[in-house]
Amino acid sequence: MEKKNEDVLILAIESSCDETAASVVKNGRTILSNIISSQIELHKLYGGVVPEIASRKHIEKINQVIEEALKEADVTLDDLDAIGVTYGPGLVGALLVGVAEAKAISFAKDIPLVGVHHIEGHISANYIEHPDLEPPFLCLVVSGGHTHLVIVKDYGEFEILGRTRDDAAGEAFDKVARAIGLGYPGGPKIDRLSKEGNAYAFDFPKAKVDEAPYDFSFSGVKSAVLNHLNKCRMQGEEIVAADVAASFQRCVVEVLVEHAIAAAKDYKIDKLAIAGGVASNSGLRTAMEEACRKHNIGFYHPSPIFCTDNAAMIGVAAYYEYQKGTRHGLDLNAIPNLRLGER
Amino acid sequence: MKILALDSSGLVASVAVVEDDILVAEYTMNYKKTHSQTLLPMLDEVKKAISLDLNSIDAIAVAAGPGSFTGLRIGSATAKGLGLALDKPLIGIPTVDALAYNLYDTAPDTLICPIMDARRKQVYTGIYCFENHALKILKPQDAVPMTELIEELNRTGKSVIFLGDGVPVYRELIEETCHVPYSFAPAHINKQRAAAVAALAQIYYKEGKMEDAADHQPDYLRVSQAERERAARLAKEENADH
Repeated sequence: MEKKNEDVLILAIESSCDETAASVVKNGRTILSNIISSQIELHKLYGGVVPEIASRKHIEKINQVIEEALKEADVTLDDLDAIGVTYGPGLVGALLVGVAEAKAISFAKDIPLVGVHHIEGHISANYIEHPDLEPPFLCLVVSGGHTHLVIVKDYGEFEILGRTRDDAAGEAFDKVARAIGLGYPGGPKIDRLSKEGNAYAFDFPKAKVDEAPYDFSFSGVKSAVLNHLNKCRMQGEEIVAADVAASFQRCVVEVLVEHAIAAAKDYKIDKLAIAGGVASNSGLRTAMEEACRKHNIGFYHPSPIFCTDNAAMIGVAAYYEYQKGTRHGLDLNAIPNLRLGER
Repeated sequence: MKILALDSSGLVASVAVVEDDILVAEYTMNYKKTHSQTLLPMLDEVKKAISLDLNSIDAIAVAAGPGSFTGLRIGSATAKGLGLALDKPLIGIPTVDALAYNLYDTAPDTLICPIMDARRKQVYTGIYCFENHALKILKPQDAVPMTELIEELNRTGKSVIFLGDGVPVYRELIEETCHVPYSFAPAHINKQRAAAVAALAQIYYKEGKMEDAADHQPDYLRVSQAERERAARLAKEENADH
């Protein structure tokens, strides 16, 4: 079929966790549509994402989400140059829905298929609102499932400097939120409550990982918070949740900022971006922005809608992969523990 | 009428194209590889081998459950993607019905009893027979404890043919506790086959039992473990309150 114009149009599909999402992206940086069907309300009943429920919801919603994305972008499948789909990392059953759907459309319409790494998507979210941002730059990826400090050497080329040894940053937020009775998802709730509390009420330990200066560990600070809460309860002391939240958030944010700034200076990189769900945390944004200004580093961050899981970021990443020649076959599988940079 | 059918509900991956009373192509594999890697390449091979114009299909049929939750979703998502891209309706066929349809026109006093291993000592099963050349559902597909199923079959006094991937799992139990005459279907018809899904779909098509690709979802016959445990906990709390 004859294409309308020279623009590169990509339909992207994302279903790695609890968001069913589709987007149409033009020339890698222009978002023509960004449809997200969130399941958060459903998973709140269980205090976290239930993989089987997430997978069932994906299959229920996926066609509507894709159709809406095409309609809002005012394009048809015949206009597309490629279909991008997240194939890892994530929940395998959830990923499989998007992967099978994308492959079927690619097969039926003979459209090239590009599998995308979810974290590469998060990093690429920064390109959407920063037309001037190009590699190389340093990126801190923080979400419920991931904590990575990465040098983006080129589009699709990464050097991982550090990662978490235990809990992901967002995971620690969720666990602490549950312990102080805030519920799921914990990140936004702790962020909100922190604004009412004293961030210096408590000093929770900030773990360093020996001989791995850029690695993270959040289980220590999480345990310290839980121990503090237990101690208060045992001794009948009042728990000031806002102070606990604010102090906890400060400790996590300080570690994230310290590591990121140290890496930027050590590797002489003058651009620093943040990405992932926790990148919408106001405490992290403010602290990172300040530190970057102090050290003369350019600071980049996506709007909150592009921080949490979405397909627009997958479309952006798919565009650069497509331009590099990445293509996947009809045997593409979901890879729950896919490594960044692996294809 | 041309039907493209998929079945990835169990260990078997199967793809078929049926046009009126001709099975144009069927590709069935019962091998370890994951369906997500095999199903679409199999369909691609079939398409190439018979020069299939996908736009000439009238409907896409899929074994819609019960079965492996993930397997069902691979089949359903593939069917939904095809339906969306080709703008064709979907036909969801109950997996156990399609298994029973493998044994077309069995003598009317003989029961057909597909059993699929559903874990937790249960099988996905149903009881069927053929009457006036049509599949008659005596007991609709459901998840049932295997011992309960055998008791029910014993009460009928009729002979029964077992098939499905539950046979190797429960063969011993059947041999020990089934008191009615029974047999096991042979290899060529004892597992899921997309041709049977397609043949049943032809009947559904004529009856207008199609659905929009967007609306289709598998019929798991079971809630998720988390929902089951939550329901049990709520019921317990309810009891404690009274």
